[in-house]
Amino acid sequence: MQEMMKNRAYALLENGTVDRVLGWTRGEFAYDMTPAVFRSADEVKKGFVYNDFCAANLSKYLVKECRAGGKILVFLKPCDTYSFNQLLAEHRIKREMIYVVGIECFGKADVEKVKEMGFEGITGITAKDGVYTVSTIYGDKAIKPADVMAERCLACKSKKHVVYDELIGNEGEVVEDCNRFDMVAKLEAMTPDERYEFWRGELSRCIRCNACRNVCPACTCEQCIFDNPNSGVSQKAAVNSFEENMFHIIRAFHVAGRCTDCGECSRVCPQHIPLHLLNRKFIKDVNTFYGDYQAGENPEAKPPLGKYEKNDIEPGEAGGAKE
Amino acid sequence: MQDVKEFRPKIVAFCCNWCSYAGADLAGSSRLVYPADVKIIRVPCSCRVNPLFILRAFQRGADGVIMAGCHPGDCHYTSGNYFARRRMTLLFSMLDYLGIERERTRVEWISAAEGAKFAKTMNEFVATVAALGENKRLEDLRCKK
Amino acid sequence: MQRIGVFICHCGTNIAATVDVKAVAEALSHEPGVVFSTDYQYMCSESGQTLMREAIREHKLTGVVVCSCSPRMHEATFRKAAEKEGLNPYMVEIANIREQVSWIHKDMAQATEKAIILGRAAIAKVHLNKPLKAGESPVTKRALVIGGGIAGIQTALDIAEAGFEVDIVEKQPTIGGKMAQIDKTFPTLDCAACILTPKMVDVAQNEKIKIFSYSEVESVKGFVGNFKVAIRKKARYVDEDKCTGCGLCTEKCPQKKVPNEFNMGFDTRRAVYIPFAQAVPKVATIDANNCTMMKSGKCGLCAKLCTAGAIDYKQQDQIVEREYGAIVAATGFNPLKPDKFNELGYATCQDVVTSLELERLMNAAGPTAGTLLRPSDKTHPHTIVFVQCVGSRCDVENERGKSYCSKICCMYTAKHAMLIREKYPDTEVYVFYIDVRTPGKNFDEFYRRAVEQYGVHYIKGQVGKVVEENGTLKVQASDLLSGEQLHIDADLVVLATAVEPDKSARSIATMLTASMDTNDFFTEAHAKLRPVESPTAGIFLSGVCQGPKDIPETVSQASAAAAKVIGLLAKDKLTCNPCVANSNEMLCNGCSSCEKVCPYGAITYSDKEFRGPNRTTLIRRVATVNEAVCQGCGACTVACPSGAMDLKGFSNRQIMAEVDAICKM
Repeated sequence: MQEMMKNRAYALLENGTVDRVLGWTRGEFAYDMTPAVFRSADEVKKGFVYNDFCAANLSKYLVKECRAGGKILVFLKPCDTYSFNQLLAEHRIKREMIYVVGIECFGKADVEKVKEMGFEGITGITAKDGVYTVSTIYGDKAIKPADVMAERCLACKSKKHVVYDELIGNEGEVVEDCNRFDMVAKLEAMTPDERYEFWRGELSRCIRCNACRNVCPACTCEQCIFDNPNSGVSQKAAVNSFEENMFHIIRAFHVAGRCTDCGECSRVCPQHIPLHLLNRKFIKDVNTFYGDYQAGENPEAKPPLGKYEKNDIEPGEAGGAKE
Repeated sequence: MQDVKEFRPKIVAFCCNWCSYAGADLAGSSRLVYPADVKIIRVPCSCRVNPLFILRAFQRGADGVIMAGCHPGDCHYTSGNYFARRRMTLLFSMLDYLGIERERTRVEWISAAEGAKFAKTMNEFVATVAALGENKRLEDLRCKK
Repeated sequence: MQRIGVFICHCGTNIAATVDVKAVAEALSHEPGVVFSTDYQYMCSESGQTLMREAIREHKLTGVVVCSCSPRMHEATFRKAAEKEGLNPYMVEIANIREQVSWIHKDMAQATEKAIILGRAAIAKVHLNKPLKAGESPVTKRALVIGGGIAGIQTALDIAEAGFEVDIVEKQPTIGGKMAQIDKTFPTLDCAACILTPKMVDVAQNEKIKIFSYSEVESVKGFVGNFKVAIRKKARYVDEDKCTGCGLCTEKCPQKKVPNEFNMGFDTRRAVYIPFAQAVPKVATIDANNCTMMKSGKCGLCAKLCTAGAIDYKQQDQIVEREYGAIVAATGFNPLKPDKFNELGYATCQDVVTSLELERLMNAAGPTAGTLLRPSDKTHPHTIVFVQCVGSRCDVENERGKSYCSKICCMYTAKHAMLIREKYPDTEVYVFYIDVRTPGKNFDEFYRRAVEQYGVHYIKGQVGKVVEENGTLKVQASDLLSGEQLHIDADLVVLATAVEPDKSARSIATMLTASMDTNDFFTEAHAKLRPVESPTAGIFLSGVCQGPKDIPETVSQASAAAAKVIGLLAKDKLTCNPCVANSNEMLCNGCSSCEKVCPYGAITYSDKEFRGPNRTTLIRRVATVNEAVCQGCGACTVACPSGAMDLKGFSNRQIMAEVDAICKM
């Protein structure tokens, strides 16, 4: 896969279709793949990496890249294409400046899960013939990819690329029996007290590092209200419990109807807070109250909060309050 | 331990200028009593109410927040309350999901002619919130005296 | 830092009796930024306003808080006073301590405390207020009147008289409305047609007035001074311009069995018809549901007969777009159908009729040529029972009728009784009533004449049951004054049914964004002081669509609405509401979220150049608000995630400052 991608990058750079390539490169740790821009075939040759640990959704980086001018090649996994479309719908990126190469995805690995298996001093992870080999300073060991697949990939909603200029690998399908709302439903079934305890436990760990916001492809505001001293709600640090609550509720609300459920927020959270459960609650509610809606599926579709029906459900009737 | 002070909830009511604020005026001119715990903030339309304001009220110590607007179909601005209805539906559902008592938030459609409904709604809401007691789950301790 | 003056109004004892105004003034004087705080007996009075103006001058105030009655009452008054003193009017905020405090709270300590908190919230807001300047928008010098009954006719005539163009949209083939169906009018007993039809002719002949008959309002866009209305001209299959109204087609049409709605179904009309002789416009209309040609393509007689060549079976509905500066709702009423009153036998007995049906049975141009005959056997009735308040003053719980008094029934029943006794002295007339309500000039005299001079039997009581037996209506009733049960054998029973707003009013109100009450009557901007205006700017109310009223009242309200319209159309420019949305281009993402929720299409986007990092330039898509079009609802401000969109006068920070002030107790 990596070689096929590199070959396409060389070709498109050489024939002048694009002048930059947005992909992944090796980060600080051996298993840490990070987004990178390559400006020449040579840079691609040296630095471009693609493997099961290239989890980052590259679509958000296009906002900045579109401003830099020129034409850029971007590699997008199926779920990333939804974010891409959403950004198009919101005029945050320019389609004509981007060449989208869709890449088939079989699910990404979660390094945290590898670590949880007891590995220490990891120096590298390689994949070959359906087996991961984890190299550590204490030696190598083989593990099954299925055991360390990222949570979000276990609940994958779509293997289909909703937008691309060309595709590497096979065209996938929307996953019909996706179980991504199971945890939301489980929480809804709890008593309010249980839910409160659950979220207190999760949200109280927040250190307000803003990683969730910074990675979120829906959070592309010129300036976030929480950073703007003139907004009246900017905060310096999480001094008490409500600060994070407010931040996360408002953030979830701001992306409601726009979040494509790419799962990046939870992936990058250093405190492992399941932030995607907030977004998924809104998605589930939107689906239940206003009909199924998948942000990014169709860039022409009206967002659920930008339209209404005369007989919409009343706020008092909604919600899963259970005694 | 006698002489426990009766709990008086703090209620913030966002009222749209055209219907519910006028409904509150009618409640007033009809001398329909409702508790002094309710303090009204006038907004042009229910669609002006940002979820941020509601959370802010809770953060600063409100025990209940109610939003009142024109009846669906009667919005002075045609569609404002329809959008507000969707926003509040989702927000309240989210607050519920976070385990915050559902009864602390409410939306009611009250026309300029419904002074009695205004007073009745406020009486009910204050009683409900008073029964729940102080809002401990969402308040910002820092802002308390 | 603002220099704020606080003024606490006593409103006589309205506020001062429950709120310790001195304590409020004292408490608020310690708020940050407050440099002057006082109380006064009547702030809205001339001397109260002078007090405020002097304080603005002396203390160099930059902001004012008046703790008084509702801002809906006197906000404009105080803002104007401040403006006279050179202070921007939008630096004045009102704390409503009358409707929201003194009138509803009995406990002085509590009321005073709440008044202080509301005052603090207003002060907190004023700290963030900014001077605002109102923009201007032009006025289209034409009015639209929806409904061509006597209300619409009078309003249109008065507006045209002042020299402005008026369009009337009437859904029926002719203007005239309910008054055209009425026989005589109280309390003078002159014939309705004799006083109405000349007015209809005036309308037809007035060059300033255009009638869209057989037409309905399809959509309304825009705002005061600048409405854009789509009118659906329903296909009448007759070319209005060619038809001379000769009536030949209406006489020869072979389809004779269509119930005549103008005569309340007591006789029939043809499939092509002119509702009545004096119809305006006098143009035939083909009723497509009953026309043989339209249904089966076999006939076409009218087209053959018409020498003017006006018949056009292929005519289509037509949408006409017109612009208006003002719109008058004159949608009128219908009598309630008494089908939920089974005990009164309306559905089962032919000789139980409604009052409007009786009008047709007594009208010289009606189905019986003015001779009162029973519908069942066309005989002259000798005993007639009138039942009052059918569907009016009902217990709303049982959902049979309306809670309100229909206001006109007592008088028209007295009229009916009197006319019958006058014409047929051998007839006994009984009227069963709850109360007889006759306020109005010469009204009580009129009613007393019916009783004293014409010997009408008025019985305070209720009719419990009407059943037909061998052509006689057995009426069971109770006389509340004597406590007796009465049994009357009547030949005719007349139900004074409630008036209810026309069914089309609700959808029209929605299009106009005009508010309605629970009974579907239009709400006035102020029940006492602005009775002919809707709360929605540029929308005015004429006639029964606002509440039950008789003809003289309708006509006076119609003229009043016209006067308001003329006042509006006489202006070349309107001052816009300065509390409009505003986009901060530095924060705007150009994401279009705001545009999607704007009901006025006030937001547009453009690519603008900005300074980027390191001396680069950056082109970004940003939103711009058209301030003349924006009405200031604020929907966009919440749709905007970045906080770029804010509302002047109700900004995020102002509202949050109020929230903070209220929660900090």
